[in-house]
Amino acid sequence: MKQDKTIATVLRIFPYAKKALPRIILGIFAAVAASLFALAIPQLLRSLFDSLDNSGTLDTLYFFVFLVFLMGTLEAAMVLLRRWLVLTPGTFVESGLRSTLYKKLQDLPVSFHDRWPSGQLLSRATQDLSLIRRWLSFGVVLLFANALTIVVGLAILFTFHWLLGLIFFLISIPIWIQGYRFEEKYGQIARLSQDQAGDLATSVEESVHGIRVLKAFGRGDHAARKFAAEAKGLRSTELKKAGLIANIWVYLLLIPETAVAVSMLVGVFLVAEGSLTVGGLVAFFATTTVLRWPTESIGFLLSMTLDAKTAIQRFFEVIDEPVLIKDPEVAETISSPKGRLEFKNVHFRYPDSKPEQPDLLRGVDLALEPGESVALIGITGCGKSTLTALTTRLYEVSSGSIELDGVDIRSLTRVELRSHIAMAFEDATLFSASVRDNVLLGRPDSTEQELKEALSIAQADFVYELPDGLDTKIGEEGLSLSGGQRQRLALARAVAAKPSVLVLDDPLSALDVDTEALVESALRKVLKKTTALIVAHRPSTVQLADRVALMQDGKIVAVGKHSELLATNDHYRYVISSLDAAGKQIEVS
Amino acid sequence: MSMQGVAGEDKIELSKEESQQVKLRSRKLLLSLIYPVRGRLLLSLFIVILSQALRVAGPALIALSIDWALPAALKDDTTPLFLVVGGYLFAAAATASLISWFLRFAAKLSQDVLLDLRKRIFVHTQKLSLEFHEKYTSGRVISRQTSDLDSISELLDTGGNEMIVGILYMLFTATALVFLDLPSFAILAISWIPLYFLTRWFQVNSKLMFRESRVSSAKLIIHFVETMTGIRAVKAFRKEKRNQGEYETLVEKYRHINAKVIQLFGIFDPALIMIGNISVAIILLWGGVRVLEGSLGLGVLIAAILYARRFYDPMEDLAMFYNSYQSANSALEKISGVLEERPSVPETTKPVALPNAKGELVFDKVGFHYSNGVEVIPEFSLTVPAGQTIALVGTTGAGKSTIAKLISRFYDPTSGKLTLDGIDVRDLSAKDLRRSVVMVTQEAYLFSGSVADNIALGKPDASPEEIEQAAQAVGAHEFILALPEGYSTDVNKRGGRVSAGQRQLISFARAFIANPAVLILDEATSSLDIPSERLVQHGLKTLLADRTAIIIAHRLSTVSIADRVLVMEKGRVTEDDSPKNLISGSGKFSKMHKAWRDSLV
Repeated sequence: MKQDKTIATVLRIFPYAKKALPRIILGIFAAVAASLFALAIPQLLRSLFDSLDNSGTLDTLYFFVFLVFLMGTLEAAMVLLRRWLVLTPGTFVESGLRSTLYKKLQDLPVSFHDRWPSGQLLSRATQDLSLIRRWLSFGVVLLFANALTIVVGLAILFTFHWLLGLIFFLISIPIWIQGYRFEEKYGQIARLSQDQAGDLATSVEESVHGIRVLKAFGRGDHAARKFAAEAKGLRSTELKKAGLIANIWVYLLLIPETAVAVSMLVGVFLVAEGSLTVGGLVAFFATTTVLRWPTESIGFLLSMTLDAKTAIQRFFEVIDEPVLIKDPEVAETISSPKGRLEFKNVHFRYPDSKPEQPDLLRGVDLALEPGESVALIGITGCGKSTLTALTTRLYEVSSGSIELDGVDIRSLTRVELRSHIAMAFEDATLFSASVRDNVLLGRPDSTEQELKEALSIAQADFVYELPDGLDTKIGEEGLSLSGGQRQRLALARAVAAKPSVLVLDDPLSALDVDTEALVESALRKVLKKTTALIVAHRPSTVQLADRVALMQDGKIVAVGKHSELLATNDHYRYVISSLDAAGKQIEVS
Repeated sequence: MSMQGVAGEDKIELSKEESQQVKLRSRKLLLSLIYPVRGRLLLSLFIVILSQALRVAGPALIALSIDWALPAALKDDTTPLFLVVGGYLFAAAATASLISWFLRFAAKLSQDVLLDLRKRIFVHTQKLSLEFHEKYTSGRVISRQTSDLDSISELLDTGGNEMIVGILYMLFTATALVFLDLPSFAILAISWIPLYFLTRWFQVNSKLMFRESRVSSAKLIIHFVETMTGIRAVKAFRKEKRNQGEYETLVEKYRHINAKVIQLFGIFDPALIMIGNISVAIILLWGGVRVLEGSLGLGVLIAAILYARRFYDPMEDLAMFYNSYQSANSALEKISGVLEERPSVPETTKPVALPNAKGELVFDKVGFHYSNGVEVIPEFSLTVPAGQTIALVGTTGAGKSTIAKLISRFYDPTSGKLTLDGIDVRDLSAKDLRRSVVMVTQEAYLFSGSVADNIALGKPDASPEEIEQAAQAVGAHEFILALPEGYSTDVNKRGGRVSAGQRQLISFARAFIANPAVLILDEATSSLDIPSERLVQHGLKTLLADRTAIIIAHRLSTVSIADRVLVMEKGRVTEDDSPKNLISGSGKFSKMHKAWRDSLV
């Protein structure tokens, strides 16, 4: 994998932190000031000890103690200031990034979501963003401040005696070399670890969403083993990380201490020789004590920076993803939609399909006149559902066009297009909201009367018997409903949207025969006024439509009335008629 | 309100008993996690004690260099100086290597604990009954296993080491000070009083906030997951804007609580520094007076000052540790709640072995109602001889799926008992039960991985040939071969690339390869087109020949291959006979069948 430059990557986050930036910079100053006050204390000690050594008085003692106290107070005040400056803006940056990511994810087309496991998205929205926040309001500030403190501290060490300063400086060099090497190795492992955490989140999600299958097959153990293997993978990556950190710690601990030991040796000689006072030596040691934490923290801050870099990379992987299905720059608008839907030589292939794969749709031509309903028939996997998804631009045609009332759907905004065309999917998705909000999703300003009508067309009267009736919370966070119930609500939702075109993808598959008959007779009334494209598997659903379009090999091969096609088209009979089979089966039984 | 299990999980302020209860169970969990690694924990503790003891030698050696080596050096005796410097170097090298070793060792330790906890929650949530999952919702389960575990992992990663190192460092520093200069130690000890109150204040306030933060984070995750898994519907119904509004409200709530936590810490940390600096100033004052009096050596005072300053060094780390500890603790509270949940269909501890089930099912006065008291199935008795194929017919909500769920033990009957080959299904081990009874539902969930992997879920050790055979038997072979990479094609998230009908075919193959004695098909063919259905029916004839089968289908074509049809209404069986007899009779089934026949053309 390509290792991007850390600084270049990390800088990309700053446009998102613009508002917080002045305060972050001030925070760095406050942090540096705090360190300077801390560094001043040894200077005071130096003078004090020198005066104590040379028969000082109580007054000088009081004076210096007061100054030490003052510097200590100022240090604490600066730390308080730094935290006040930086921390709250940091949380705003985090929440801003989180909203930005969410917005982008909602904007990205379905094909993106097909490709990306949602666990990977989730780990970006949670773990990665909080890491970035901590780095911005803590890591970056302390990294700068501590580096500055070390530089200033080194300079001060030189003031005690140039030799002592030089010793400290020279001995510190290996830390920087090790730090650089550490960056290279750690960066790769940090990335691996975050990706593995995302995969683990995906496994968790699947184990929860697929719980029924796992239970039905008693494969909980199997899933647990797979999960454990992944968790172990993450563990070994984390251990590698820990190994690197342990290595760098050897240097971080050993090098400053060696420097202190050597300076001790040299320092005592210098004092003995008379070129350094006792107070100077003491202050030298006290200064090295103040420098200890900043030096040690560099390792930790470095690894945090690298973690943040990876998190930023992962964030931008989503943000940089081009939104291939977007609104036109100058959008047309259909003021009074009639509902004429026309497919013109529509081709479609999934962007990631292999070159030798033929297109899934190979020139679909079909026109639906206003108010007309057309059933779409074809064997499983022939592209019916994909064709329906193209109408609302959930996927985009590869070539050819789809027109609504003579306007290419790509020249409408997505919001307008989707308000003209409403869909009911086979696997009905309900959201954590009341029954009312779920049904009125496409047209929230509908009247109570319209809501009730839609519910009654979809035969969804069961909702009145739910604990809180129409206000019962359903979906992820609410009451769970059966497949048939969900499907009826999804149908009611599409009907309640009062679109000019209804696209129904096998909308009645989970209903029993009685309910299906009721829904069909009610739906007929709606379909009289509305253009509809209905994916159907059963003759009964086909009866809803005025005409039938038969799909085969990615094309519409025949269009006509059900009875006509039944009489003339072999493939149609093969796809739709179970009379033969049913006749035989009855004999069997 | 009881805090048993996940009850009251979203509560922030707990009463005394509730808080006690929650504390107890998360402590119990913590102990059970630590227990298996106690030996290694003790060893690492020993190492760290040793390393910190060596580390604390530093200032004492510096004092020695000034009070002993310097005067000697002035007299041209450099031996003490080399001794002190050598000692210092030795202590530093030993400390560095011990700490480095400890970091590795501790990482292994904490990763093992984390892995243990991960596995425990995963396995436990898999064991919990469907009833729990339906109520608790997937988003919460996910957030328990992701963001809650993250905060525990963060604690173990950094916090744990820092706490041990920090506390020991402080302990040794304080001890060194006792030996060096008792009055200085006394001053340091007095500073612990404000320290105590400060910590207590932080503890009380942060606890509530962290709890709130966990609840708020879970809500965020639930919303996020729901949006991403339902993205098609979100787009089709233009929910993006409204979603954005809802999500941003949740984000802001989470930000607000987080900012509060951080601000609290922002006061705590400088207050710590202040206490430290004041102690140093007082020690300096008192020591300086004694130096002037001549009752204290200058070197000792220097060492005392260095010690006092160093004593407060790890306090910031400790405070940070405490921060992540509180966050992890709130997570542990929630996790221990989930782990406390008992499966409402528990696995027996004394299973009766059933290696080769024949498949005879007997419902003996079985009744079922939900925990809220709503009756779904009134008491009934029924015998299904081994090998019989039963069709369950009736309107939505008649209780057909409940019967299926009772047989597959997603639920247990609330009265009476259900036996398989004469053995109460509650007395079967999960392994025997799942080998004997398999259910295929309408919702054909596919896991990420290849088509072959998904089929092999029914029999993990299946060979590629067996997988192909199973696909052929249900008529899925052709379309699988037509996929870009055949059986190795990745089905993607939620089966994005395979149609609903194809998903059902794959899950059918999955059931076929599992080869159970009892097969339950709950609307398993609803999305199939007619040609596929024909193939499946053909396959079913062979598949069901020698096994018990319960078929729930709205389409009566499937019913015709049944030996026996049960018509259900409001949880009761109203008709029970062979399909032939029922069709020629005048009951509900006869009407339904007529309606269906009419719908075929």
